[in-house]
Amino acid sequence: MSAIPLQHYLIVSGLLFSLGLLGVIMRRNLLVIYMCLELMLNAANLALVAMSRFNGNLDGQIMVFFIITVAAAEVAVGLALIVALYRKRQTAHVEDLTSLNS
Amino acid sequence: MQDYLFYIFAAMTLICGALVIVNRNPVNSAMFLVLAIASMAGLFVLLHAFFLAAVQVLVYAGAVMVLFLFVIMLLNLKDEERRRIKKRGVVAGVFAVAVIGWSYYRSIQGADLPTIASADRLEGATIPLGKLLFTNYLLPFEILSVLLLVAMIGVILLSKKDLK
Repeated sequence: MSAIPLQHYLIVSGLLFSLGLLGVIMRRNLLVIYMCLELMLNAANLALVAMSRFNGNLDGQIMVFFIITVAAAEVAVGLALIVALYRKRQTAHVEDLTSLNS
Repeated sequence: MQDYLFYIFAAMTLICGALVIVNRNPVNSAMFLVLAIASMAGLFVLLHAFFLAAVQVLVYAGAVMVLFLFVIMLLNLKDEERRRIKKRGVVAGVFAVAVIGWSYYRSIQGADLPTIASADRLEGATIPLGKLLFTNYLLPFEILSVLLLVAMIGVILLSKKDLK
């Protein structure tokens, strides 16, 4: 049986969350920012599943189930928004979308 | 054997996650995100969350990423590749991530985390998960179905031709 401690799973999850956050801050393309958000959600899922396994109850896995569903709904709405934005402004680049800024 | 599998899957997840944010082409980013999600499903299997691993592959790597690729192809984002990443953005991002990562590391370093007890190991199979979902978590489940309906109506409204 595996002897991987919970800390290792949490460290992997934290590193993945950091990568997603770095992508959200650094990248300037709306779609790539969205993908990095998915990466962050996945990191949270990994931490929840690991906690659920090591604590001996299934509540964390139910939570992950809900998160996956909400993420799917969120992606559908967000991508529809991006497509609508692109039809109006012909861009998916956050630096071109400054009409609220000036 | 399982220990090696953990390190292989973890390394694959992290490398693919790094390649998602490094790649300039959004199509390549999406492909590496699919790989990262698939290797994370492997980690779920190692944690005995079999149903969630299947859902992860079906919903994330299947439905969500196909939607992403579809929109990337639709918008034809080729000319975004020439844009440079700003220096200040990189510095701010690395600083924020370093602060959050350090506090996270400190919090799990000193914490009294549970170690696995070999007696009551838990199987994330479909039957116990379904029983829990339809007894204790029935109300959130129903609310989630309403949320999906709302998202569907919203998407139909947003993708109409004459958006007011």
